[in-house]
Amino acid sequence: MSTGHYGPYGGRFVPEALTAALDELDAAFRASIIDDAFIAELRDLEHNYTGRPNPLTYARRFSEHCGGARVYLKREDLNHTGSHKINNVLGQALLTRRMGKQRVIAETGAGQHGVATATAAALFGLECTVYMGHEDTRRQALNVARMKLLGAEVVPVTAGSQTLKDAINEAMRDWVTTVDRTHYVLGTVTGPAPFPELVRYFHSVIGREAREQILAAEGRLPDAVAACVGGGSNAMGLFSGFIDDPAVQLRGYEAGGHGVATGRHSARFEGGSPGVLHGARTYVMQDEWGQTLPSHSISAGLDYPGVGPEHAWLHDTGRAVYESVTDAEAMEAFALLSRTEGIIPAIETAHGLAGAMRLGRELGPDAVIIVNLSGRGDKDVATAARWFGIDLGATVSSELAPELTEGR
Amino acid sequence: MSRRVADAFARAAQEHRAALIGYLPAGFPTPELSVRLFTAMVDAGVDIIEVGLPYSDPLMDGPVIQQAVNQALDAGTTPDVVLDIVRQITLAGATAVVMTYWNPIERYGVEEFAARLEAAGGTGVIAPDLTPEESGDWAAACDRHGVDRIFLVAPSSTQERIASIVAVTSGFVYAASTMGVTGMRTSVSSGAEGLVARTRAATGLPIAVGLGVSTREQAAEVAAYADGVIVGSAFVRCVLDATDDQAAIAAVSALARELSAGVRR
Repeated sequence: MSTGHYGPYGGRFVPEALTAALDELDAAFRASIIDDAFIAELRDLEHNYTGRPNPLTYARRFSEHCGGARVYLKREDLNHTGSHKINNVLGQALLTRRMGKQRVIAETGAGQHGVATATAAALFGLECTVYMGHEDTRRQALNVARMKLLGAEVVPVTAGSQTLKDAINEAMRDWVTTVDRTHYVLGTVTGPAPFPELVRYFHSVIGREAREQILAAEGRLPDAVAACVGGGSNAMGLFSGFIDDPAVQLRGYEAGGHGVATGRHSARFEGGSPGVLHGARTYVMQDEWGQTLPSHSISAGLDYPGVGPEHAWLHDTGRAVYESVTDAEAMEAFALLSRTEGIIPAIETAHGLAGAMRLGRELGPDAVIIVNLSGRGDKDVATAARWFGIDLGATVSSELAPELTEGR
Repeated sequence: MSRRVADAFARAAQEHRAALIGYLPAGFPTPELSVRLFTAMVDAGVDIIEVGLPYSDPLMDGPVIQQAVNQALDAGTTPDVVLDIVRQITLAGATAVVMTYWNPIERYGVEEFAARLEAAGGTGVIAPDLTPEESGDWAAACDRHGVDRIFLVAPSSTQERIASIVAVTSGFVYAASTMGVTGMRTSVSSGAEGLVARTRAATGLPIAVGLGVSTREQAAEVAAYADGVIVGSAFVRCVLDATDDQAAIAAVSALARELSAGVRR
């Protein structure tokens, strides 16, 4: 799929100034994945730095709330830096070095991709600038501090809605200006070709491991695999291990926010339409004139009006099914997993868990489901405490949890 | 008088000068005032008007144009308003092309947009994020409606790439002087002249240079090697800095006259 199309989706919609850099990246990527030395170095990093393979945990008590279906959790939360994002970032850091570039930039919503990029930059000795919506720097202040501790510059973006979409705009503006020495570490399976394919490739380790692990645990393939879908990288990583098994259902859960009917959501499939955003044709939340609509989600990482183009194609072909999960449903699943399994998930991930609860009831007690536990919830403790009305008193400083003291 | 961009370039060439191309977002700061601003630009010697179609995510634009585009969107500037502005300024004698990011046209429908633009008297479209590879349907719609499709070349474009871009371009080629976003700069990138030379080796179409041109001196410098000089952010700045409508029109006129003198060397 060298033109980067998925049916009518994907492709490249970028200023000409970026064409040469995307061609260079494409060439470096294709040469790398057939280069034994590159793959060996990637596997070594995955094993000795990220901590892979991570487990596939059978969630016995959580499963009781999922219609009796047996639910397994793919533990990306146990990766170094606390989410799946590190898989892609280490791969792209290796590509950056191969291309001879000294600087990386990234956009981030929840901050997980920014933290992962700052981590890889520290490991590889690269300069690092992370663009983050001003609104998100408030929601995810802890991750801002982490990025700074890792030596990255964090630029709050005050344009537009001050969230992930605007951070991507600003990162693209930086990239077009500094492209000769800078690699843009795009954090999800969106953007112009080859990014969707490249990011999926580096996350395919999730699906590969999960497939082996479920065969070992259950002696058969799962009935369904499920994941939350913002841009959709953790979902594509998991799906990629099962996409050629037609009996395995692929289920994606996007952020329903306050409910799709309210307009305050990030449900691109339920509430959007095909369009072009950030370099690719895909489903976009837009008005009748093609202006991007503001998205909403309690989780910064799902608060994005576009989605990866391969998801758009999987949606249209029916190979994958996408539903929305509201803020309230996600927070219910967040609490449930915390109390039944002793695992505090990221709020993004909680959308996938809420989906699994729905799916389990639909598929029944004999079903086997894998959910991608894409990230841990440490970064979300302040948001969750506020949601559940937990009084943190003076134990959390106002700087790290501004919304507790200032409200939003 | 024909209002094709090719004719505007031909007239400029007859006068042994470069054509002057001026950009403002349509509907900025309001639809009514923007018509008067465009008309003032034409009266002051701007040969081709680049009518910007405001888009929510202008990722090739610097802060000056971002601010203007937001004002235009807040003022209710839809694509139909833009087309009506094109109609009004064409009636007033302008040669107008639309500058837009791709999604608004995709959403409008490529055939429908090309047809409406033709009906409004607009002569071409610059879509900086539409690559030749993705432009098949658009090219066909442009052919049906006599709309020029103006593509960009950049300093990073290879010779092979330039050849493939000019092959699908009509009207003129937009040469981005530098690797970067729109905005005023203290000097025009030295790479621009080389890019124009490389582009000229690939096509007989007129070549206009944009990004970073804001003064009479810079216009004169670019006019020495290019067929057209494109100015955007400097016009926007005039309007942003003006205290009232009359001041905005006066400032835009004054800048247009300066630049017009510049392209005449």
